[in-house]
Amino acid sequence: MRLQYPTNIQIIRVPCTGKIDVIHVLRAFEKGADGVYAVGCMEGDCHFNSGNFRARKRIAQAKKILDTIGIGGERAQMYNLSSSEGPLFAQIASEMDEKIRKMGPNPIKLAKKKAA
Amino acid sequence: MIVADKKPIEEIIEEIKDKRKLLVLGCNECVTVCEAGGKKEVGILASALRMYFLKEGAEVKIDERTLQRQCDLEYLEEIRDVADQYDAIVSLACGVGVQFTAERYLSTPVYPGVNTCFLGANEDRGLWTERCQACGACILARTGGICPVSRCAKRVLNGPCGGSTSGKCEISKDTICAWQLIIERLKALDKLDEYEILSPIKDWSTDRAGGPRKVEREDVQQ
Ligand code: SF4
Ligand code: SF4
Repeated sequence: MRLQYPTNIQIIRVPCTGKIDVIHVLRAFEKGADGVYAVGCMEGDCHFNSGNFRARKRIAQAKKILDTIGIGGERAQMYNLSSSEGPLFAQIASEMDEKIRKMGPNPIKLAKKKAA
Repeated sequence: MIVADKKPIEEIIEEIKDKRKLLVLGCNECVTVCEAGGKKEVGILASALRMYFLKEGAEVKIDERTLQRQCDLEYLEEIRDVADQYDAIVSLACGVGVQFTAERYLSTPVYPGVNTCFLGANEDRGLWTERCQACGACILARTGGICPVSRCAKRVLNGPCGGSTSGKCEISKDTICAWQLIIERLKALDKLDEYEILSPIKDWSTDRAGGPRKVEREDVQQ
């Protein structure tokens, strides 16, 4: 199966979405990412039982912080799919890409450029 | 341990928004365990502040540091050579740590980064509950190991009061009546006859009523 998804998406592999912490999401934005989304297994299907639930909570925490500091919580998202759903993976990628394009670039990136 | 809760980031920003060089200072003990002011939370707050200032177009330097304890001089000394280089320190330790840091470093304002709540225990993941109010004269021996000073809303010493209904306190149906717990525990220990003994009037001078307290121990003094 050869599926197309936006090339500007950088995939960072983690052993389980439960490994993702709030700081990882924030650092990505600090470094200039326009959006960050976590793709976990389906709820109830986590090999470690609660990894994807933890990820969801941490993404929610990151969203709240991003809203507070005016970056926009919508830039961080959590998705769930099963590993056999390649087409859905591509669809989510396009959906996220579209959403972030509508929001425009990360204000941090712009501010950094200005400062440089 | 001392239980603290996170302070809303907007509240912290409001205090330090005019500063240009900041140290976010965590503490490795109580506040680390209750996930409010350890190294991890220092990282998150520092990152959020960096982004906030960048977005506002302000050039601000934000450093991160976590000490073993902020309530101990020996560890506080570790920032001696850097403390005065900052416009402000945001301390994520409990109120004790915030104050002790401020007392040692007089030229740098120190701001609290958490809300210090109580002396409590970790009952469950993400759940901390109060257990002691440091009254200075512990009576747990008489109360089956359950503290009516911190767990009874009225601090009643010969309880329960008339507001106890089906094991719950009248302040809220989610609050267990401490005296119900005490009686159950004494029953389980087969010591219910002790419940009959009236507690004398407690000497509250060892509590906060006697003003700020201190413990002075010659045996461990130098
Ligand atoms: S400063 Fe506060 S949080 Fe840190 S070890 Fe001391 S009592 Fe605990
Ligand atoms: S009786 Fe006083 S010292 Fe003992 S647990 Fe209760 S508040 Fe703490």
